Amino acid sequence: MAMMYQEYQKQGWEGFKQGNWQQKVDVRDFIQNNYHLYEGDESFLAGATEATLELWDQVMKLTKEERERGGVYDLDTKVVSTITSHDAGYLNQEKEKIVGVQTEVPLKRSMQPLGGIKMSKAALESYGYELDNEIEQIFTDYRKTHNQGVFDAYTPEMRLARKVGIITGLPDAYGRGRIIGDYRRVALYGVDFLIKSKQEEMAGMSGAMTEDKIRLREETTEQIRALQELKELGNIYGFDISAPAENAVEAIQWLYLGYLAAVKEQNGAAMSLGRVSTFLDIYIERDLEKGTLTEEEAQELVDHFVMKLRLVKFARTPEYNDLFSGDPTWVTESIGGMGLDGRPLVTKNSFRFLHTLTNLGPAPEPNLTVLWSPELPQAFKNYCAKTSIESSSIQYENDELMRPEYGDDYGIACCVSAMSIGKQMQFFGARANLAKALLYAINGGVDEKTNIKVTPGIEPITSEYLDYNEVMKNYDAVMEWLAELYINTLNIIHYMHDKYSYERIEMALHDKDILRTMATGIAGLSVAADSLSAIKHAKVRVIRDENGLAVDYEVEGEYPQYGNDDDRVDQIAKDLVIKFSKMLKQHETYRNSVTTMSILTITSNVVYGKKTGNTPDGRKDGEPFAPGANPLHGRDKKGALASLNSVAKMPYEYALDGISNTFTIVAKALGKEEESQKANLAAILDGYADQQGHHLNINVLDRATLLDAMEKPEEYPQLTIRVSGYAVNFIKLTRDQQIDVINRTFHESM
Amino acid sequence: MDGRIHSIETAGMVDGPGIRYVIFTQGCLLRCQFCHNPDTWDRKTGEMRSVASLIEDIKKYIPYMKRSGGGVTVSGGEPLLQTEFLLELFKECKKLGIHTTIDSSGGCYSQGTGFQKTFKELLKYTDLVLVDLKQMDDAKHRVLTGVSNKHIFQFAKQLSEENVPVWIRHVLVPGRYEEKDLTDLAAFIETLTNVEKVEILPYHKMGVYKWEELGLDYPLEGVNTPSEEEVNRAKELLNIN
Repeated sequence: MAMMYQEYQKQGWEGFKQGNWQQKVDVRDFIQNNYHLYEGDESFLAGATEATLELWDQVMKLTKEERERGGVYDLDTKVVSTITSHDAGYLNQEKEKIVGVQTEVPLKRSMQPLGGIKMSKAALESYGYELDNEIEQIFTDYRKTHNQGVFDAYTPEMRLARKVGIITGLPDAYGRGRIIGDYRRVALYGVDFLIKSKQEEMAGMSGAMTEDKIRLREETTEQIRALQELKELGNIYGFDISAPAENAVEAIQWLYLGYLAAVKEQNGAAMSLGRVSTFLDIYIERDLEKGTLTEEEAQELVDHFVMKLRLVKFARTPEYNDLFSGDPTWVTESIGGMGLDGRPLVTKNSFRFLHTLTNLGPAPEPNLTVLWSPELPQAFKNYCAKTSIESSSIQYENDELMRPEYGDDYGIACCVSAMSIGKQMQFFGARANLAKALLYAINGGVDEKTNIKVTPGIEPITSEYLDYNEVMKNYDAVMEWLAELYINTLNIIHYMHDKYSYERIEMALHDKDILRTMATGIAGLSVAADSLSAIKHAKVRVIRDENGLAVDYEVEGEYPQYGNDDDRVDQIAKDLVIKFSKMLKQHETYRNSVTTMSILTITSNVVYGKKTGNTPDGRKDGEPFAPGANPLHGRDKKGALASLNSVAKMPYEYALDGISNTFTIVAKALGKEEESQKANLAAILDGYADQQGHHLNINVLDRATLLDAMEKPEEYPQLTIRVSGYAVNFIKLTRDQQIDVINRTFHESM
Repeated sequence: MDGRIHSIETAGMVDGPGIRYVIFTQGCLLRCQFCHNPDTWDRKTGEMRSVASLIEDIKKYIPYMKRSGGGVTVSGGEPLLQTEFLLELFKECKKLGIHTTIDSSGGCYSQGTGFQKTFKELLKYTDLVLVDLKQMDDAKHRVLTGVSNKHIFQFAKQLSEENVPVWIRHVLVPGRYEEKDLTDLAAFIETLTNVEKVEILPYHKMGVYKWEELGLDYPLEGVNTPSEEEVNRAKELLNIN
């Protein structure tokens, strides 16, 4: 599609280097042609303005009140949230440079029933609210929801797998999320250009009307409609966003309105932002050069934008919070990384975004993610390390691994899922429980907690001591069954989600032809690997109940444990990843999506543990799994690097949806002086990248602080910790999860 | 060649520059009251590990060492009880371009030819020695560590003469020193020509549980960790910036 350089674009694009991006939507081309690499240090940064401090104080008061009201400030019971459903809402209109909230009141949670009316109702009721009768009737009798669609199509086997928890956390009753709209397009092009592009694409969708083409036409029309509503959302706040943004404040505002439209329309599990900081820097630099903006004002804009992102909330049920605790929204923003031409994509705005953790204090959202490369400017690496040490609020992902897969304009959705922005989306698939699957292998497909036969065609193992080869043979059969069932289940879920809860505005900010991935996941990797290692390298005696069901295990002798850089067990873990990933790929997927896999549990490692009986590694019934690809707590005995090396062996090419590792170290163990602490932390990240590690959550804190925060939550309103691919406000975790975090390995060798 | 090893720490960041693979050897002659590793005293326990197996393991951490300017530190216990082992280990480290450090209290140092022969050879492959100087006053030193300090100061002097870079480390135990002890120590350090750094190690209680596990009475019961003021004053007296 070619478009003329229109009169109305002149103002917005003035002073930018021209390029292909002016002919068609191509944000990457715009960035590459126009960004200013910054290799200096943080000394240019400005502190918080008075307005910022005043607004943040107001937010802190609101969040305190939210806690006092039992976790939600207020909930909509009557108004179904759409892009244009609410009037404008403000914190303090006089002081806010960037405006817009999901409803007309900050922190008031909107109602989004398209994912499932039952979920909406349960969320309301759990906080003492009542769903409006008429709304309930509409979404029960007249308008089907995603949740209803899924359960209409589920097989009995799928329902059973879900009930026993061999597959858990499926997005079958809530919004799937993990789709990143390219919100930058709104700022760069203005909405009219985007509508016109879509209309031209639509004109090309002719010929034989296959099911695919019909769906595409319908979806594109919905996208155009959503873009028109987005313009209307601009009007509600007094902005005409039909044309490109003309300066930095407009660029941030336009971009944010695009994002706001998405979170008004979708209560997705993860509503990530993309990769906006370097893009926005181009606007800020232009204004700084013109003299129409000062550094202090630039920081203020970023602070106010980030403050808005911290206010994003969704109505969710307590069960949901058990899985994904701490009220997360995964407003993930990806910062830094290297360009394909070898230039780092670090700008002053990369610093400004991280600096919000100082100006506003630490917070879990937005989920600040640094795309790490050893080639990043040293001053930036040191600043990241410094901010990590001070805030424990940053996660790092290896750009050297991801860039070859996704190019240099990808972002992270949720925790660890990389995708090219505006060109790729995923079908979020939660995870299968590989530790439980191992117990099925031993028990002939019978669930150890419920005594129900779940997997057909498997004979139980009856010997007193477990034989590795015999167990592996059964385990392979269980995994084959699980892989097929899992993919089929996801196919139903995503078919229905597209049908009943299509992400109109997010997809409007994508290209027409996109790559879709079927993003599966696994939980319990370290428990499964350690169990197999115990069976192989020690002797595992089975204890059976009166029905012959294996209910406990006795390990005789020592066995190598995952997390100590010992190939005898690490190889078992690696083989499991490869094997299950290959099994998943054998099955046909909805919409020709490409099957990928993650090793990520978010905080559901606690719930998975609860649903899984005693395991042959010596882990007891109900005890939490390790999060993500982490070694089980306390089993990594050779220090931090041995633990990192074990995880780094997990092959990214078989787990392209991400391999999560959470790392906690006390500051004093990083070195004696602040300078060496920073340098050593940056070197750990460099070394982990060299070892092909994918993701690292960095916490720099000690157990005593967490214990104190458990006792006196009111004194730690902003204590933030990284858990598994995201950060949480520690005091918002359930008590079980708090204990789980405290029991994790703290590297404290001094 | 085997060494008697207590344990390995793959991410040591407080025993020498950068990120270090720290090998804690088993066995020590000193019985320091503040010792946080009393489980390394016994010379008969521990695990025998070959240089080859350690080098295989060390290789896995080279990226972190390179990125941080780190290396290998042998601590203890008293590593110099096993100089033959150290010599072979460090020769192999040097083949791999790895920075080598010994963390020693000099407790088994001797000017006898038996010790010296291997020790002098070992220093050729040693980039840095962390020397623990615990007390200038010999009588106090005997109380604190169970042995005299004469040979320990000879040890420090020889390292100076041989021009081996050292970091001097001093454990600060509240109530167990006078200011004069520190100024005397500072004066001694002044006589050395090879000191790159002087570090105060504030006494801590993280090893107390090990004394209990070993069924030993803890001699510093009731002693607290030094306050920030105490540490700062000690730094002043030791001319640490």
